[in-house]
Amino acid sequence: MAGVQVSNVSRSFGAHKALDDVSIDFADGGFYALLGPSGSGKTTLLRQIAGFDFPDSGRIAIGGESVERVPVEKRRIGMVFQNYALFPNMSVADNVAFGLSVRGEAKATIATEVQRALDLVQLGKLGERRPHQLSGGQRQRVALARAIVTKPRVLLLDEPLGALDKALRVDMQIELKRIQREIGITTIFVTHDQEEALTMSDRIGILRDGRLVQEGPPEEIYDRPKSEFAATFLGDANIFRGDATGNGIKLPDGTTIAAGIGDRLAAGVKASCAVRPERIRIATDAGTSNGNANTLKGQVSKRIFAGNNSTYFVERAGQTLKVIVQNTGNDRLAEGQDVMLSWSPESTVLIAAS
Amino acid sequence: MAVQGAVASRSGLRSALPLLAPAYLWLTVAIFLPLSAMVFFSFMTDLPLSGKPWEFTLGNYAAFFSQSLYLTLLLASLRLGLEVTLWCVVIGYPAAYVLAKVLKGRSREAIFLLVILPFWSNGLVRIFSWAMVLREGGILDTALNAVLPFKINIDLMYSYPAVIIGLVHSYVPYMVLTCYLTLQAIDDSLIEAGRSLGASRLQVLKRVIIPLSMPGLVAGAALIFVPVVGSFMEPRILGGRTGTFYGTVIEDQFVAVFNWPLGAALSFILLAVVLVILAVASPVLKRAA
Ligand SMILES: Nc1ncnc2c1ncn2[C@@H]1O[C@H](COP(=O)(O)OP(=O)(O)O)[C@@H](O)[C@H]1O
Ligand SMILES: [Mg+2]
Repeated sequence: MAGVQVSNVSRSFGAHKALDDVSIDFADGGFYALLGPSGSGKTTLLRQIAGFDFPDSGRIAIGGESVERVPVEKRRIGMVFQNYALFPNMSVADNVAFGLSVRGEAKATIATEVQRALDLVQLGKLGERRPHQLSGGQRQRVALARAIVTKPRVLLLDEPLGALDKALRVDMQIELKRIQREIGITTIFVTHDQEEALTMSDRIGILRDGRLVQEGPPEEIYDRPKSEFAATFLGDANIFRGDATGNGIKLPDGTTIAAGIGDRLAAGVKASCAVRPERIRIATDAGTSNGNANTLKGQVSKRIFAGNNSTYFVERAGQTLKVIVQNTGNDRLAEGQDVMLSWSPESTVLIAAS
Repeated sequence: MAVQGAVASRSGLRSALPLLAPAYLWLTVAIFLPLSAMVFFSFMTDLPLSGKPWEFTLGNYAAFFSQSLYLTLLLASLRLGLEVTLWCVVIGYPAAYVLAKVLKGRSREAIFLLVILPFWSNGLVRIFSWAMVLREGGILDTALNAVLPFKINIDLMYSYPAVIIGLVHSYVPYMVLTCYLTLQAIDDSLIEAGRSLGASRLQVLKRVIIPLSMPGLVAGAALIFVPVVGSFMEPRILGGRTGTFYGTVIEDQFVAVFNWPLGAALSFILLAVVLVILAVASPVLKRAA
């Protein structure tokens, strides 16, 4: 087992910078999610680590040693592909045995290791099947068993659950997490699904246009996003734009918003504030601020009831704000109603304009 | 259940019949009728068209077994077929691999065209071009002597290698095409998966790529082996005196000796032998795939 250090890695295809000076330290034994929109360079980064492609500049180390000159087959990595990439000419057991067999392991060793890996992914009885006789979820498990049976130092997964339907995906998320804990392998998991990244990983790296936007534990990125992009890509956020006042901003209409999170900014520079929808209180009484420093008046334009909560869309000075209210059984607000929004500075993140 | 299924498939067949009819009609007219005529001829003492009296005989088939020459020539032709097929694999498979997996875009199209070009050129033109290249004082001889510091004498014309070269050149596009089709259907991620599991390029080739492209290799081999065993044009023109093969003897019966019944009988013996070889080889190849 080993950590992975990516230092200042850049990779261009023609004039297009697929990776632009990316540095990430993947800790030994950690579960790391690489999150970003399509085309942001997630796969490209994974391929540099795997050794299918090589950086134009920068350095990659696995277990502390540079892998610059190490070909794929010597890097001791396990990879799970989005389309599973099972060998159609082999049985499930032979697929799983492939990595051991090319290393010249003894037949008996291979058989026990393959069985153990198949048991781990709960497919112990399906070894004789061919890949095309399996369901999508089962194929995914075979791909996982095949990738971990060789005891790789790092497990790389490229949107492994992208092709599965929602219910199966949630099952596989739990399963994958269980297996990862059980064998304690350093795991780098590529996804464009923010919920998947939030629920599964110890740390998240957000990529955009080949750059690492922010990196850290899910809670930190969610609570203290450093850019509008991070705030809106991981979870929902209401964004207010204006001029910085030190520890807050002044909106064009003169309203001030106080922020308790984020670095202070020089007064006058362009800045924004991000507030999560579930942090905003909504009240009909125009005077109520609930002791919160930040208040705004608005009008409910739409309500979406989702059982355990409701989402209110509130119109205010040409902007639509989103507020999520837990279902406590109290009065529900009607569309068209005038309301007062309030939230504390501790729920407000000050972000420098990018 | 089973009964229902049978009824359903029968009604399916009935509705498909109008669609299949033209194809079967064509097969009947274009292949079955001429072929049955030939089967008929092969059991005759002489052609009925010539006006001479004729009767049924097994003599044409007996001729094959009474003269060892035919068997010798058949074996020589089978060997020729095997050698040409092997050379086509050796040359065509790597070419197909490069086309399918290495080249991309424009350069792939360009090379593809080069591979297909001999396919579109007239067979005779192709063979006589080779004759110009291979003969003493020909293009190859002159070119090599212009480059090399010592004098060598290339005279491949009218030799077994010349026949092989001509045939391989004519038939290698089949191998390239069939292998290209199966190779380009192999997902690159399978190759990458193999590498990530610790297999070298060679191991991936042996355990993943070749097994998965086996159908293309088998199809190409069958498309090449069968006509090469019966070939006569290349052996006759490029082989000269050394170019007597089973196919040239059959051709002689039809165009020179006008012994159609013997020619037909020899053809059907060849067909039977080739079918037996394919039948024996196919389970072996299937197991290898
Ligand atoms: N082999 C390649 N040749 C040219 N462009 C590529 C290649 N691989 C990736 N790219 C480009 O690099 C960018 C990042 O791609 P990728 O890493 O696949 O994104 P993601 O996995 O985040 O969706 C994309 O704009 C893509 O078109
Ligand atoms: Mg991708």
